[in-house]
Amino acid sequence: MPPLKKLRALLLLPVAALLAGCNAVLLRPSGDIAVQQRDLIYISTFLMLLIIVPVIVLTLFFAWRYRRSNTEATYSPDWDHSTQLELVIWAAPLLIIIALGALTWISTHTLDPYRPLSRLDAQREIPAGTKPLVVEVVALDWKWLFFYPEEGIATVNEMAAPVDRPITFKITASSVMNSFFIPALAGQIYAMPGMETKLHAVINKPGEFEGFSANYSGAGFSGMRFKFHGLSNGDFDQWLQKVKAGGGELSRDAYLQLERPSEREPVRRYASVANGLYDAILNRCVENNRMCMKDMMAIDANGGLGMPGTYNLASLDLATRSRLGFGDTPARSYVAAMCTASDPSGAMASPVADRPL
Amino acid sequence: MFDHLDLTKLIFGRLTWEAIPYHEPILLATFIAVALGGLALVGALTYFRVWGYLWREWFTSIDHKKIGIMYIVLGLVMLLRGFADALMMRLQQAIAFGDSTGFLPPHHYDQIFTAHGVIMIFFVAMPLVTGLMNFVVPLQIGARDVAFPFLNNFSFWMTASGAALVMMSLFVGEFARTGWLAYPPLSGILYSPDVGVDYYIWSLQIAGIGTLLSGINLIATIVKMRAPGMKLMRMPVFTWTSLCTNILIVAAFPVLTAVLALLSLDRYAGTNFFTNDFGGNPMMYVNLIWIWGHPEVYILILPLFGVFSEVVSTFSRKRLFGYASMVYATLVITILSYLVWLHHFFTMGSGASVNSFFGITTMIISIPTGAKIFNWLFTMYRGRIRFEVPMLWTIGFMITFVIGGMTGVLLAVPPADFVLHNSLFLIAHFHNVIIGGVVFGIFAGITYWFPKAFGYKLDPFWGKCSFWFWLTGFWFAFMPLYVLGLMGVTRRMSHFEDPSLQIWFQIAAFGAFLVALGILCFIIQLVVSFMRRESLRDTTGDPWDARTLEWSTSSPPPAYNFAFTPRVHDNDAWWDMKQRGYVRPQAGFLPIHMPKNTGAGIVLAGLSAALGFALIWQMWALAAIAFVVILVVTIGHTFNYKRDYYIPADQVIRTEADRTRLLASHV
Repeated sequence: MPPLKKLRALLLLPVAALLAGCNAVLLRPSGDIAVQQRDLIYISTFLMLLIIVPVIVLTLFFAWRYRRSNTEATYSPDWDHSTQLELVIWAAPLLIIIALGALTWISTHTLDPYRPLSRLDAQREIPAGTKPLVVEVVALDWKWLFFYPEEGIATVNEMAAPVDRPITFKITASSVMNSFFIPALAGQIYAMPGMETKLHAVINKPGEFEGFSANYSGAGFSGMRFKFHGLSNGDFDQWLQKVKAGGGELSRDAYLQLERPSEREPVRRYASVANGLYDAILNRCVENNRMCMKDMMAIDANGGLGMPGTYNLASLDLATRSRLGFGDTPARSYVAAMCTASDPSGAMASPVADRPL
Repeated sequence: MFDHLDLTKLIFGRLTWEAIPYHEPILLATFIAVALGGLALVGALTYFRVWGYLWREWFTSIDHKKIGIMYIVLGLVMLLRGFADALMMRLQQAIAFGDSTGFLPPHHYDQIFTAHGVIMIFFVAMPLVTGLMNFVVPLQIGARDVAFPFLNNFSFWMTASGAALVMMSLFVGEFARTGWLAYPPLSGILYSPDVGVDYYIWSLQIAGIGTLLSGINLIATIVKMRAPGMKLMRMPVFTWTSLCTNILIVAAFPVLTAVLALLSLDRYAGTNFFTNDFGGNPMMYVNLIWIWGHPEVYILILPLFGVFSEVVSTFSRKRLFGYASMVYATLVITILSYLVWLHHFFTMGSGASVNSFFGITTMIISIPTGAKIFNWLFTMYRGRIRFEVPMLWTIGFMITFVIGGMTGVLLAVPPADFVLHNSLFLIAHFHNVIIGGVVFGIFAGITYWFPKAFGYKLDPFWGKCSFWFWLTGFWFAFMPLYVLGLMGVTRRMSHFEDPSLQIWFQIAAFGAFLVALGILCFIIQLVVSFMRRESLRDTTGDPWDARTLEWSTSSPPPAYNFAFTPRVHDNDAWWDMKQRGYVRPQAGFLPIHMPKNTGAGIVLAGLSAALGFALIWQMWALAAIAFVVILVVTIGHTFNYKRDYYIPADQVIRTEADRTRLLASHV
């Protein structure tokens, strides 16, 4: 080996050591969707290297070969066109992109996060009759809230799912945009207020994985992380029991308090959840005197309220706000609830004795 | 309404002593350093009595060459600020692990990464690119100035005013904490009630007016003012790419203006375009800002593709390979750049077909780009390559940029983007194309055209040092970010828990330090070259034995650029003239009609900055006054009929005779 190469090998050694030591979760994921996404990265990179490597090599080679001091090399100062060569120049990238484009069209459809899973992993189909685990996710300032509608429980900054059971995530946010991302499980999808995004995924290996927000959302963003546990069926049941045993109720009041900005919240578990809370968060009507977006949209679809709509405003009164512990913040106004399709009596609009709000 | 008239509020708005960050030691030290440096500079300028000179010869100048140089000075000054932000981020991320929170709290860190992005794109890359186009394009097409010389001066000062507002946010109030594109709802009044986003909005609006007008100006110049014989398909490639860039500017910047205007209505007037409630839709903002934002990256890179084309062909002493396919590639990129914006938010829940469409259009852009790379490659083939500094930057670019292009296409595959979006992999990708493409191109361009602008070459030794530090620094700073991205690390974090990541951030910080040395070498290069200017002097006007028209005139060119408008018979007009034994005309000079300097541009831009400052702090009295004065000055300026003058024939004769003597002394 010439000395230069030896030196290079010596220089590359620590880099190789670093790479071996690092835990590139994207390249060694534990969920089938993420595995397929990883494979796609490999295939695309390989396809592109077919053209990138020759370009780099040719650049260095031509630069060396046609240096001014090398008078032996051919010099043709007026040669500036060759139809064959230009055809190759345009055709080579075109062919690569045709291949990559086909791959993109197919993989984008098969790995569409909205599409229910069609397999557990490369070898196994989904057993007949399997019902996916539904998890409703809310990004709050700056923590994550998870609802398990089948169990009627909720957790903060901790999530678990049984291994090899498809998971259906429904994702929204309370205030600003975040992105829900568990790299070991599957790609990310944004969590946005007043909107619901979906993600289908499955975890194939038990373990504790990192989950976080991948979209900057303000001061507490760096700490907006949670643990995602992939558990065997037995362990998952135990975990459910633990949540049910350990917590109180996530009422609408409790949610309004939880929703206030806070950083690095510890794990919280709620054994029960107010009826329809996730739906109310999604439709931005947790406050009882507030009109839900779906009702607003239904009214708008029928022509809207016109000018009266601009006067139909409400907000949390000072008494309620001080009871919830944020009496010192200014009230935010919103469209007031009224008799709507989902609430024909209009009871929500006027606070009554048994309703706290 | 007048019951609650509060005079202090009317005059000072939201501005109180609290806005001055005297409790933040980093900002205080910066402020003291800037204030002392500024005082020293003002003192020195006053002592040497150069204010009058600066005002007459530069600030009020409508000469496209001087305006181009001022743009580049602005870009380089702002580069120092933007890079200082980058160093602070690299340092913070290298130390903020576990128990250590680093030296920047989120409140400060979040402003820094926002300011870094905004400054680098709007006030570094844009002025540098516009400066190059301003200086070179009229010379390349054989024109004496741009189509609208006053507008050019005004555009520059509007950009400078925007930059001044951003700088002001450092010491009065604060900057946005939203990321460089200020997505709502975070940038809305509910979640960002302070002045940061308002600084963002008004500095971009003011600078945006300058950019838009300069775009219109250069399009008109290129379309209407080419020398006789320079058909479209005989334009130098740099002029072609400039034309396409300015078309993109004129088509894209109004979208930015509109979307920021809507955001300011949300913030000031209580409308609900992008709010969560009352029917607002933040997704609309994300779409609109990227409909501007994606063409913007081509606005930045296209002119540099032109620079590389000029440099490769000059230093290979060979015609550019595939001129026509180069031009068509540029046009295809121009058009396609409007069809890809959604790839910035595949992860916001669009359907699979929509995502595939935008992913594939994005990939298609890599075909003309790849063709360009091959064209440069085959220009080098069978050439006689001189490794002068501009050529080094070009080869560095070709090797670095293809890697960035590759990771870019990878990010265009939607399912891959789902795991790489918003990660440090993405950060590495766009720095790979922006540093490897735009920054390397700007340095190639500055080194290439510097002798044309100032009459002496830049010192090659320090240029090479700068190049090698930049190149290695770039690789050290951003390759670890690719790795970190694959480790699932996301952008804009001010603190990390996992200690195994730290080593990569430390390598990246080392890379940033190397880049700092690269910038230092560039500054040394400017100083050393100035000191040694006599030995680096270019007496010929054509120091590189180049090919396009700007090299046919003297270095620096006279105010009128060309005593006689050249006639063009070939793509490489000047090379063609040299080959055919062109003889410089020595007689028959006529008086030359030229535009006259005016102070209206700097005055109007200064007033706009005052208006912007007043709107940011809601000082309604000042805002009203500034607005009215802007109108009055604008109307007043239309009555200024002393806009042109003639350079007398005998002065032209003297100037040209001087050049004849200089050329004779050289031979």
